Amino acid sequence: MNEKKLKHDTTMTLVECGLAKRYQKEKRFKLLGLSAIAFSLLFLVFLFSSIFLNGYKAFFQTAVQIDVFFDPAILGLKDPASADYHRLIKNSMRTAFPDVKNRKDKKKLYGLVSSGAAFKLRDMVLDNPSIISQTQSVWVLADDDVDMLRKGYIDRTLPQSDRRMSDMQIEWIDKLQEQDRIQSQFNIGFFTNGDSREPETAGILGATMGSMYMLAITLVLSFPIGIGAAIYLEEFAVKNWLTDIIEVNINNLAAVPSIVFGLLGLAVFLNFFQLPRSAPLVGGLVLFLMTLPTIIITGRVALQSVPPSIREAALGVGASKMQAIFHHVLPLAMPGILTGTIIGMARALGESAPLLMIGMVAFVVDIPSGITDPATALPVQIYLWADSPERAFVERTSAAIMVLLTFLILMNGTAVYLRSKFERRW
Amino acid sequence: MSNLFLTTILLGFVSFGYLHGKKFAFSAGNKAGGVQKLHSRPTYHGMLIALWCALPCILILFVWQFVEPAIISSMVLSSLPDTLSSLPAERLGLILNDIKNLSMGLHFGGQIDPELLKASNYYLHLQQTGLNIKSASVIVLAIVMLLIGFRLLRPSLRARNHVERIIRYFLIFCSLIAIFTTIGIVLSVLFEALRFFQKVSLAEFLFSLTWSPQISIRPDQVGASGEFGAVSVFAGTMLISAIAMFVAVPIGLMSAIYLSEYASKRMRATAKPLIEILAGVPTVVYGFFAALVVAPFIRNAGTAMGLEVSSESALAAGLIMGIMIIPFVMSIADDVINAVPQSLRDGSYGLGATKSETVKNVVIPAALPGIVGGILLAVSRAIGETMIVVMAAGLSANLTANPLQAVTTVTVQIVTLLVGDQEFDSPKTLAAFALGLLLFVVTLILNIVALYIVRKYREEYE
Repeated sequence: MNEKKLKHDTTMTLVECGLAKRYQKEKRFKLLGLSAIAFSLLFLVFLFSSIFLNGYKAFFQTAVQIDVFFDPAILGLKDPASADYHRLIKNSMRTAFPDVKNRKDKKKLYGLVSSGAAFKLRDMVLDNPSIISQTQSVWVLADDDVDMLRKGYIDRTLPQSDRRMSDMQIEWIDKLQEQDRIQSQFNIGFFTNGDSREPETAGILGATMGSMYMLAITLVLSFPIGIGAAIYLEEFAVKNWLTDIIEVNINNLAAVPSIVFGLLGLAVFLNFFQLPRSAPLVGGLVLFLMTLPTIIITGRVALQSVPPSIREAALGVGASKMQAIFHHVLPLAMPGILTGTIIGMARALGESAPLLMIGMVAFVVDIPSGITDPATALPVQIYLWADSPERAFVERTSAAIMVLLTFLILMNGTAVYLRSKFERRW
Repeated sequence: MSNLFLTTILLGFVSFGYLHGKKFAFSAGNKAGGVQKLHSRPTYHGMLIALWCALPCILILFVWQFVEPAIISSMVLSSLPDTLSSLPAERLGLILNDIKNLSMGLHFGGQIDPELLKASNYYLHLQQTGLNIKSASVIVLAIVMLLIGFRLLRPSLRARNHVERIIRYFLIFCSLIAIFTTIGIVLSVLFEALRFFQKVSLAEFLFSLTWSPQISIRPDQVGASGEFGAVSVFAGTMLISAIAMFVAVPIGLMSAIYLSEYASKRMRATAKPLIEILAGVPTVVYGFFAALVVAPFIRNAGTAMGLEVSSESALAAGLIMGIMIIPFVMSIADDVINAVPQSLRDGSYGLGATKSETVKNVVIPAALPGIVGGILLAVSRAIGETMIVVMAAGLSANLTANPLQAVTTVTVQIVTLLVGDQEFDSPKTLAAFALGLLLFVVTLILNIVALYIVRKYREEYE
């Protein structure tokens, strides 16, 4: 009796001795879990803020005001479209800084203005030929180096040989600044231009249009075909080896690396069917094949969530199976299918690896006007700019990323809204 | 007559067929004493006629689109004078291109060869004739089908059953596309890879250690042959994937455990979607971030500690890739942990275990197969990930296990070999397809095994 009590005591004491330690372990484990979540969230904040801080300045752009004399001798009266507008700019820069004599220095002086400025003058003349032989002050884009200096990316304190601008150029810029001839303007060109080798005139419209054409093709193909496949597999397919294969196949396709779809596009669409390279048509086809499994899978889940009683009620009042599905089940499953489709489209919009395979990395200046024109896509444009050495492209890359993320947030937000608004619990 | 015009005409025929079929059914039904006397509702009669008319025409247009260019090209080539048509096949291809460009009104400098000009006119002529024949045959076919269809209409026509059968065939076709895609992937990759293995032996590809795919322009240059040993490329992939897993598995797993076992409902509802944003960020953004922020940071930190760090270190790419995969691991682990029956937990609590002891000794072992399956899927994802490594990892193959050095990966090599000029007879271009085959096979095996494990596990607790 005594012995037994003693033994009981020791077990209790043992448990109690260990208790504090165990509780501590428990606390540590919980903290570990919390810190894992905190890590992901902190990274998210860090990623977004670093992109924002790198990119928000790209929405403003430095412009220079120059007094341009539209010299009839240079423009020529017959064909002002093909005149040498660079000379107009050079002349006006020389008049603004008359004491620059040296040939090398003059070249640097002309370099302060973007080479895109000539096109602006050309458009002005073509719009309104009466300004020929007048003098006007015009705001033109500054070179990207000027822009970088004003945004503080070029360090004035470094010795001249270590930075991209010479002391003299900085002096000119300061002088322009004193005369209020230099200012930041909203960067409209970023949204209305195609790609360019010059950072200051490069824009994302071409890439955005390419992405839109591609998404349109992907949507037109994958939405009906995805729904069709989901309906067949969920409602009609009898369980046999063929449907088993299709099912395993779809699950596998959803996990095949996207670059493999690019290889497929290259070998089948470009080499076998001879479709045009770099065209949104081919990109859309590749993205369609890539997103199809996702849409089928989410479509099936949405169909599954419609209770069987709906089908039975429809069949009971004399509808055929096809009528029961298309008139009753499908409309009820539509919000879920739409959500899945939008999420699939968002993934397709952010995808770039397969597009590299089918030639959509080409340098395309023109805005594509159809599905067979050479084009690039927004994420591929980001990749191309990220590879460019100029400092000014870093902030444009970040700005393009911000635009891409905005599109993605809008799409996913719509999906979340659809889900919360129309989702029904049966 | 343009394609757009043809489509409009066809649409007109189809809608006429639909309306007429519907009208016929209505009048026939009224004659018989009400629409309910018909076998099918009038709409189905209309739909049947419309499909009956449209499907053969669409089929013809589709086949035409693929056959016509080849026929026209061969006709143009055979019309060329002997001096041109006896040229080797590659030259002929170039000439054909010139002819096509000319016919579109593009020509780049220099004199236009009169023969080519003639050929381009012939090409235009053929295209016009082709379009005319196509339009005529499609329109005739549409009219014939409509006439036949109208004769078939009668009140007892089982129009609904016919329409539903057609829809059903369409549904089957839709679900077969997934199979066609897989077959297409396998064939396209396999076909080019076999051509590669005719030039480079399979043994060299699988077991040789050096990878330098440069083929020189002149045969006498150094390194003229190019070496295709995929071992070092694959080792690089493995190194980066391993680093990614070191980040993603513990963090993803711990997040899932916390969210499913500890977190309040409200915290779960906010934290989970927020973490899943990480999965929605395009990989090109991660790649940019890795190359711009993380790689220099690691390099500077390493230099400060006296280590030699490459600016394209495997560590930077692997770290960011791991973060990208966290939500993936997290949601699979979360699913799997939630599927563990509550009774197991309750049993453990009843024996006096704390929550963390329950998780470690009961929940995780019970969920282990599912977690392993999820990790395998994540590995397959890491192996196939492209943009992060293209932007942040190195280009030259380097057989090393040191995460501070630059390594290359299978996907990086595929991209570098295929972006730019492609010659489909050089082993350099074909090597990309061999690597693609390797990538496809490895990820396929991982996926099949993983999906099998996850499925098996789910059945266990259902």
